[in-house]
Amino acid sequence: MNRRGFLGAGLAASLLGGAAGRAEERTPPLRGTGSLGLIVERATGSVLVIETMQRISLGRIEGLGDLSHASIVFSPCERYAYVFGRDGGLTKLDLLEMRIEKRIVQGGNSIGGAISDDGRLVAVSNYEPGGIKVFDAGTLTEVASIPAIGANGLASKTVGLVDLPGRRFVYSLYDAGEIWIAEFGESGAPVVTKFLNVGLLPYDGNVTSDARHYLAGLFGEDGFVHLDLWSANPKVERVLQGYNAGRGKIPVYKMPHLEGWGQTANDLILPAAGQHEALVLDLETMREKKRIPVHGQPIFCVARPDGREVWLNFGHPQNDTVQIIDVPTLEVVHSFAPGPAVLHLEFTPRGHEVWISVRDADRVDVMDVRRRTKLAEIPAQKPSGIFLAARAHRLGS
Amino acid sequence: MRFSVATFAAALLASIVGAAGQSSREKLVSLVREDCGSCHGLTLKGGLGSSLLPGALANKDAGTLTAIILDGVPGTPMPPWRGLISPEDARWIAENLKEGFPK
Ligand code: HEC
Repeated sequence: MNRRGFLGAGLAASLLGGAAGRAEERTPPLRGTGSLGLIVERATGSVLVIETMQRISLGRIEGLGDLSHASIVFSPCERYAYVFGRDGGLTKLDLLEMRIEKRIVQGGNSIGGAISDDGRLVAVSNYEPGGIKVFDAGTLTEVASIPAIGANGLASKTVGLVDLPGRRFVYSLYDAGEIWIAEFGESGAPVVTKFLNVGLLPYDGNVTSDARHYLAGLFGEDGFVHLDLWSANPKVERVLQGYNAGRGKIPVYKMPHLEGWGQTANDLILPAAGQHEALVLDLETMREKKRIPVHGQPIFCVARPDGREVWLNFGHPQNDTVQIIDVPTLEVVHSFAPGPAVLHLEFTPRGHEVWISVRDADRVDVMDVRRRTKLAEIPAQKPSGIFLAARAHRLGS
Repeated sequence: MRFSVATFAAALLASIVGAAGQSSREKLVSLVREDCGSCHGLTLKGGLGSSLLPGALANKDAGTLTAIILDGVPGTPMPPWRGLISPEDARWIAENLKEGFPK
């Protein structure tokens, strides 16, 4: 078979195979992966491989275990994806062959992970037992296990794990109220730097794309903790403190997420826990700039890649709605209701389209971002997170 | 495009009815698996919230668990569900958690 024949046959097989859902029998087509991505189907332990230029699903990969709250990172070559499952599973997928390359169960209960800047280490954040484990990205053999015992002696769940330049990972200790940075040299044990007394119950964290500001949300004291990682001596600093003070805290039926957060040119737009508000933090002064009233308890506040808008979804029972904040005016300029249980949204790398998962409608919508119109619907079984391969080239999560 | 205003409206209605705490068993099961599951895990074996499997709840009676579901655990992320879940439904959830929650 000549080259062209192979390519044509491969593509046809891939599309047919996708429809029939039999990943093993396909011949992988010769193609790039820059327009590919994955949709987590949380109840069935499967993922859909999607193609964003054609707005289609190419096929389904099954057998990934419990994927509630699953998240995904990508290898620098964008061919492999690492799926972090709730059951402690770490699965390496091959996007081209649409199959599981390797799968291990590394802990009892995990909550996401990160990949090092050089693409060689994959770190997993664990609830049960707490702490992080770090694996060789090629073979998934264990490189290090760092239990998270805080100064108060408590074994901690670890949250808000993201990569930093120089083979480092930063994460927060939920029960102990600490932030740790683990640095991996070429060999030997990792060096761990600890920041103590960062606040009560950090529930998630993330870092700005310049690797400068790490923030963790504090569930126990309605505020955030900030570390300036450009400083030679980073100091623990509380920001946006006491936003619930003097008014009732609305019950939080779902924890907000800081993954894919609302970073714009000058500000961070963050979910309040306990108010129907998005909080604007001025990155220059580290002071609160505004509280923007929104439709419900925000879950994700995701900046359009150019930072011109921030799109929000909400927790139960306001979770049928998406709102758009205009960044220059810091006002909500548009609201719409994609359907029941909007769980996640992911922009294409340059932000012309957005993929929105509508769990209880068993669908993912693809929208034109500027016209705010729907372009396609992708059937999916209880879809939750959507992760495009272009994340491979983004720092943080 | 395959979606219509009608299916959209139906979906929206379904979500509103679901949120209003209808006592249909199926809705309750999916509420627990999905919305409690976001903290306790879809399989309820625990996440940020503690395990809700029978073994973990053995030494708490259904009344205590019902009260926790309705009023939450102050100082922790466990929210009060009163207003979204009726006392009868909370009791039904508590009893079924202790026995092993339906799929
Ligand atoms: C936003 C996160 C969150 C959600 C959503 C949530 N829980 Fe919880 N829940 C927790 C946490 C955290 C605890 C542990 C509290 C503590 O430290 O005592 C807990 C504890 C409990 C307990 C007590 C368990 C024990 O062993 O004492 C019960 C029962 C419970 N939750 C039921 C539910 C039910 C039913 C729902 C859904 C209707 C639900 N939870 C939704 C976070 C949550």
